[in-house]
Amino acid sequence: MQKTETKTYFWSGNEACVEAAITAGCRFFAGYPITPANEIAEHMAKKLPKVNGIFMQMEDELASIGAVMGASWCGVKAMTATSGPGFSLMQETIGWGFMTETPCVIVDVQRLGPGTGQATKCGQGDVMQSRWGTHGDYTAIVLSPNSVQEVFELTIRAFNLAEKYRTPVILLTDETIAHVREQITIPPKESIQTIDRKKPVAGERKFFGSEEVAPMPAIGEGYNVAVTASTHDEYGIRFTADPLIHRRLVESINNKIRKHADDIVDVESYNADDCQVGIISYGCTSRSVYETVEEAEKRGIKVGHVRLKTLWPFPEKPVKKLAKNARKIIVPEMNLGQIFHEVKRVACQTEVVPLNKIGGGELITPEEILEKILEGVGENN
Amino acid sequence: MRDLKLPFCPGCGLFSLTNAFLRAVHELGYEDLSNFVFCSGIGCSSWIPSPYFRADSVHTLHGRSIPVATSIALLRPNLHVVVFGGDGDIVGIGLSHFVHAARRNTDILVIMGNNMVYGMTGGQVAPTTPLKAKTTTTPYGSFEHPLDAAKLAAVAGAAYSARWTTAHPKELRESIKKAINLKGFRFIEVITQCPTAFGRRVGFKNVGEMLKWFKENAVPVQQAEKMSQEELEGKIIIGEFIQRRRTTLGEAVYAMIKGAQKDEKQS
Repeated sequence: MQKTETKTYFWSGNEACVEAAITAGCRFFAGYPITPANEIAEHMAKKLPKVNGIFMQMEDELASIGAVMGASWCGVKAMTATSGPGFSLMQETIGWGFMTETPCVIVDVQRLGPGTGQATKCGQGDVMQSRWGTHGDYTAIVLSPNSVQEVFELTIRAFNLAEKYRTPVILLTDETIAHVREQITIPPKESIQTIDRKKPVAGERKFFGSEEVAPMPAIGEGYNVAVTASTHDEYGIRFTADPLIHRRLVESINNKIRKHADDIVDVESYNADDCQVGIISYGCTSRSVYETVEEAEKRGIKVGHVRLKTLWPFPEKPVKKLAKNARKIIVPEMNLGQIFHEVKRVACQTEVVPLNKIGGGELITPEEILEKILEGVGENN
Repeated sequence: MRDLKLPFCPGCGLFSLTNAFLRAVHELGYEDLSNFVFCSGIGCSSWIPSPYFRADSVHTLHGRSIPVATSIALLRPNLHVVVFGGDGDIVGIGLSHFVHAARRNTDILVIMGNNMVYGMTGGQVAPTTPLKAKTTTTPYGSFEHPLDAAKLAAVAGAAYSARWTTAHPKELRESIKKAINLKGFRFIEVITQCPTAFGRRVGFKNVGEMLKWFKENAVPVQQAEKMSQEELEGKIIIGEFIQRRRTTLGEAVYAMIKGAQKDEKQS
């Protein structure tokens, strides 16, 4: 990587993800081949050895995410990348990561499901899975970039949030963002903020279950840390039946995220204060929205747009604000309606209209969104 | 050991296995477990180190101890990485990882307590259950052939593979001592009695009878080679199945990294 100056490149989203991960300090990657995430593993295999990092292609996704967890407990920033079917296989261990408070980054490059679906085609069907994929009570952090530039920024942010809150973080990209090549500007390395997990000081023994995020020792440092995803107390000692210890632990791993939602939530907001119609978008779909907004403005319709860069925890405040001002909100998604239901929950009285499209990787066009807008304000214009 | 009571049922073979391991470590001259890190999955055997050993231990999901141990072995080459697991964990749900770790010659020692049944969940049939044995899910007797894990490890590429029973504590201890000091993928299978979920269902009246069964049916591997399939029916083959020196995963990975960086400098 460049040392001191800003540089521009022409990268795909998957390439930007690798460069960002290495910049963020990622030194371990384990993965299993899957379209459309393969370029991440391939670039990692090439780049990691040069920075003393380790790349492993494992026998399946279960092993890949397992190896990532082991690496994280060795004090190493670690990541895996996959797509829907592999993401499904990883869910149990992702839950292990929440329960043991293991920082790591999981990239899910969305394709069309369910099942094998259309492996090479873009979709946004994993939004709910990224939040609710594993069993039990937990709160996930999920980020959604909409450009190659933003894949770089949010990959670094994903590592930073993982380290800060000691939790798995999911970077939810999609086939379009992963494969599109765009100009990307990389700032000097010194100007990029990276966060490292809080380490214990000698003698410390409480490593789990704190809303303030407990310090995390690494294997081999002499702390005799007992890591388990069975219910455990602050010292890591297993209690498989005690109701209070379970309650305390699980509430703490949820609250450490929920109470810091304002720090985690990030949106791009345009005219949310003053609009007739609102649009909530995320990921590749948002790229069409920009053009729609321009076109609507030409026709004298004020459109507010809130683009979710953080999908989970759900950005309730910015969505509420838009709902207060807009008469109706359109939610375009390349699925049959996922974030739509969240928007509806938060928007209360405001009419929320889904705009869904799946199949063949066909993106939602600016015209299709515009049509929905005109349906709402037709008679006034 | 932490000041906690081991969770096993009275008469469980895992007491003997725990004992054999800790004595082996002690006899090798280690005063504590600071040179070790333990990984385990889900099942009774997986509770041996976690959290009872005063050491770093990672208690993973059912079947996933070996992948977690793989990255730990790569990133902590100075530590002995020891995996404890049961037969269901290691060669049932986790079989693929077991075979691939042997193939890669990953620098880990896997100690598998084989009680021939899923003990923790109440005694269901396992991939290691003897043919015709009655379990809670084979009430009319098991209709599947059991897996020979020690042989499989040897074939798949392990640096060391051995099988003992809890009725052979001395051999087991010596084998553990030897395996700790070897490199690469090392596997020790320990046939262990589960009086609660297996023994009483297949007709053993007490633990002593089970140990007697182990002792009387154990056949050394060298002798077994000369025996026919029929003669080996119902026997437990014990001993060392393989010992060899191959490049380990860690050695190969670090050599690759060195090579990649050398290419960089030259170009």
